[in-house]
Amino acid sequence: MTLRDFVNKLLGRQPASAATAKERLQLVLAHDRSDLNPELLEQMRREILEVVSRYVEIDLEEGDVSLETEDRVTALVANLPIKRAKAKAAEQEHSGEGTPVCTAIQG
Amino acid sequence: MSDSAVTRYILICSGKGGVGKTTLTANLGIALAKQGMRTAVLDADFGLRNLDLLLGLENRIVYTAQEVLTGHCRLEQALVKHKQEPNLALLPAGNPRMLEWLKPDDMQKIAAMLGESFDIVLIDCPAGIEAGFQNAVAAAKEAIVITTPEVSAVRDADRVIGLLNTHGVKPIQLVLNRVRPKMMANQEMLAVDDVTDILALPLLGLVVEDEQVIVSTNRGEPLTLNGSNSPAAQAYSNVARRICGEEVPLIDPAKARKGLRAKLGRLMQTKIF
Repeated sequence: MTLRDFVNKLLGRQPASAATAKERLQLVLAHDRSDLNPELLEQMRREILEVVSRYVEIDLEEGDVSLETEDRVTALVANLPIKRAKAKAAEQEHSGEGTPVCTAIQG
Repeated sequence: MSDSAVTRYILICSGKGGVGKTTLTANLGIALAKQGMRTAVLDADFGLRNLDLLLGLENRIVYTAQEVLTGHCRLEQALVKHKQEPNLALLPAGNPRMLEWLKPDDMQKIAAMLGESFDIVLIDCPAGIEAGFQNAVAAAKEAIVITTPEVSAVRDADRVIGLLNTHGVKPIQLVLNRVRPKMMANQEMLAVDDVTDILALPLLGLVVEDEQVIVSTNRGEPLTLNGSNSPAAQAYSNVARRICGEEVPLIDPAKARKGLRAKLGRLMQTKIF
């Protein structure tokens, strides 16, 4: 927070708009650049969560999949807090070194 | 005689309309001509042409790019030479109906022809990213993207930069237009660094909001023509000098403000927590 924001808050004024503009732009550009609409992103988010939750128990409330962009490079950032590993997935890990991931999914 | 291989073809584009493409093209054209560069300005905005008007050449057009392409006249007949700056010539846009048959190949043909007698060709791009843009970009090797510090203009600039990248146009440089130093200092306008960070382009020029631009367009005499020392005129001249390779320092007008109010403004930007 800058001194200006603080003074504005004290006086009950709206915060300066440049920061809002920058934030909104970064968000909209991340979507523009990836050519993904929010609907597709939501679908992808659900599918990612589904795949990950086969292996580990994740906190669905806290989970977040979003697009971030820096220097014209857009990245898909997933932040999925893990509650604990699922017993089955852990078993697989111990028994089958080099086992293809798809076996785990089928099993 | 020049060689089209060494001619610089610079596209001036923005995506959004009304941010200052044509004004920049006109002023740069004059400023580059003054530096001794044989300069052609090509109006690639066939739908809504205005470059002739800003240069004050609207009454001297006989032939256009259209007659050149259809073989009804030679290139030299269509080029309108500027009287005060004979190093500068305009190739006017043809009839809007040209858009029905004009192809990127045609623009490349025109570019190659211009390359034979000019050192630098500035291409005034239409707004938008449709066929008009695709035609204009075909004639370009490098680009100047112009934008204003507003969310809509920056967003559209970003789209255009993406397209320029896919066309292999480079370098791409940025001109930030209609900057209001006071609003920037008060953080009520995107800062210069914000825009360059977001678009990730090197900054070629900063033009402050300047009423003289309107006066000059009224007269059809670009600011760079008569040695005006208005802030925008200086900025346009500096852009031209940088294009020619000269190192001209860029000063962020929001940070360069003097006086008590400016000092207070800077103090207010201190991060407290």
